[in-house]
Parts: sequence; structure tokens; C-alpha cells
Amino acid sequence: MYVFVVSFLMYLLLVWSGGGVGIFELFVALILSAVIALLFHKWHPEKKFSVSGLNPRKWFDFLHYLFGPFAVGLAKANIDVAKRVITGNIRPGIVRVNPGLKTDLGKTILADSITLTPGTLTVDIDDEGWFYIHWLFVRDENPAEEELYGDFACWARRLAE
Amino acid sequence: MTFLLVGALLLVSLFFNGLGAFSLYRFPDVYTRLHGATKCTTFGTLFAAFAVSLFSVIRFFETGEGRFIVLLIHTLIAAAVLLITNATSAHAIARAAHRSGLLPARAVVDRLEEKEEMKGGAAHD
Amino acid sequence: MTTKLLFFAAMLMGFYALTVFWRLVAGPETANRAVALDTLNSLVVALMIILAAAYDSVVMVDVAIVYAALSFVGTLFIARYIEGEV
Repeated sequence: MYVFVVSFLMYLLLVWSGGGVGIFELFVALILSAVIALLFHKWHPEKKFSVSGLNPRKWFDFLHYLFGPFAVGLAKANIDVAKRVITGNIRPGIVRVNPGLKTDLGKTILADSITLTPGTLTVDIDDEGWFYIHWLFVRDENPAEEELYGDFACWARRLAE
Repeated sequence: MTFLLVGALLLVSLFFNGLGAFSLYRFPDVYTRLHGATKCTTFGTLFAAFAVSLFSVIRFFETGEGRFIVLLIHTLIAAAVLLITNATSAHAIARAAHRSGLLPARAVVDRLEEKEEMKGGAAHD
Repeated sequence: MTTKLLFFAAMLMGFYALTVFWRLVAGPETANRAVALDTLNSLVVALMIILAAAYDSVVMVDVAIVYAALSFVGTLFIARYIEGEV
């Protein structure tokens, strides 16, 4: 259901040009987002139409995550990588951790967060939930979760499960 | 004033984008290059978007024309799209590179390769 | 004055995009070329956003949004090709 709402709002945001929005545009937006939602339902038949994705608390949590811990992590990551680009001080390797996430959305959020935070890049995820992470400066060959990405796993669990 | 604020944001953006382009030549293999290229260019382009947003907000308060708000909204949408797609495409390239048999250069540990060897060598499915 | 600054930033961004080309041509494997192409896409999106503010036209930002989305699809297809599935 949130696919429908998000595409509807996105179309209106892109079409809005200073003044009001005409009835014709609303009509087109309804048709297009209905088509998108139906196609999504066809490609992922196991996903039911539910309203749990529209829970405003979840969206608020998501925004809080985006502008709080994630923005801080992104800034730190960039300063760290910038230092390594200039000094060339690297010790790369691929390590693995298992954060124990179950849903696809949670895995996606965590993998994207890992990719954009200090010195880590998700290479692969296998069926049992193991994350294979390329680390720019390996300090420990069997790292704990906190050492790699702090409390992002808790956030992903809270947002998606 | 506008000049200084927009200029500071643009300076950060140019610095990080330059580092991202430079890291393609500085690092030894695909994975480390992806680190530099993805993180630095995403951050740099986000800051370029922030600079343009600030510019359009200031211009809106100067002139009062609605099209600057439209510019602001569209720039923020572009930044959001870029933030999502860049991380995902970096992940896709890294996975494809590892499956095609490229090993990380100067690696001290490679758990993914160990796992694939345990499953019997060329178990790329 | 600010417009001149925006043009200058766009010029430098274009220069960065040009420096990426050598990795695109010389990169030892296809994966390296894909990385260079991905970097080039981000730089071009930044260039388009800055030029949209400098030329004062919203249409260019729309082009940047579509370019970002389509280049993402292109990168995914190149990744599938490197894996050897297409």
C-alpha cells in the first residue's frame, strides 16, 4: 500500500509548479500509482496489501534515523576515507558477520548503511543471513558487530521488523 | 553573504568529489576504488544539492517567485534518488566483481573466498 | 556574483569528470570500468544540478533525476554482465 501512496505523492511533487494542482493531474497521478502498485503486487505476490507501511511512527523513526545516526556516520565515513585516500594507509580484507535480520527491507537498510559508513562495503549476503563485508582497514579478522557498524543493526530491526 | 554560504557548501562538495575521482588512481583494486568512489562522490553530490537548495531558498526570499521553491523540491528529490541508487549500485558491482573471480588485492583475510572453496570451487550459481 | 561561482564550480566538476575517463579507457578489467562509469554518473548529476541553479532552469534538475535513475539501471545491467548472466 505504501508503494501506492509514495508514488502518488512523488508524482504530485514533481508535477507541482508553484500554483495549484489541477483535477486532471490528480486523475493521472491516481491512474499511474494504481498501475505501479498493481505491477508491484504482480511481481511480488507474497507481499499483501497492508497498511502497516503507512504507520506515521515508522516514517518518523525513519526520518530520525536518516538525519541522526546515519548522517553522523556518513560524515565520519567520508573524513575517514578522505584521510586514507590522501595517506594511502590501507589493510583491506573481506570479513563476515551475522546480524540476524530476517526481512528483505531490514537487510537492504543495513547493507546500504554499511556501504555508506566508515571503511566498509557490503559485497554479498547469503541465504542464512551472513553479511560479507569488504573492510578498508582490518583490525580484527573475526570482528564483533559493534566494531563494524555500531548500533545500525538495532535501527534496522526497529525500522523493518 | 549568499556568496559565502553557497561557496562554503560548494567547496566541501568540490573537495570530496575531487577525492572520489582521485581515489580511482590511488587505490590498488576494484573494491578499494569502490570505497573511495562511492562514499566520496555521494557525499560530494549531496553537498552540491545542499548548496543549490540554499541558493534557491535565498533567491526565493529575495524575489518571492514560486519557481525557486520548485527548484528546491526537485533538487532534494534528486539528492534522495542519488543517495539510494549509489549505495545499491556499489553493492551490485562489488558482488559481480567477486563472482567473476576478481580477488581483493593485498587482502589479509577473505571469508567469502573461503566459503566458496568449501562449497567446491566454482559453485557460482 | 554567486552565479559566477556556480559556473566556476560546474567547470571544476566537469574537469573531474574528464579525469575519470582514463580509468574508463584503461581499467584492467570490466569491473574497474564499471566503477569509473558509476563515478562519472554521480559527477554528471552534480554538474547538472549546479548548472540548473546557474542557468536558472528547473528542467535541468528533472533531467538529472531521470539520468540518476536510468544510470542506476544501466549499472545494474553491467553488473549482471560481469557476473556472466546476460
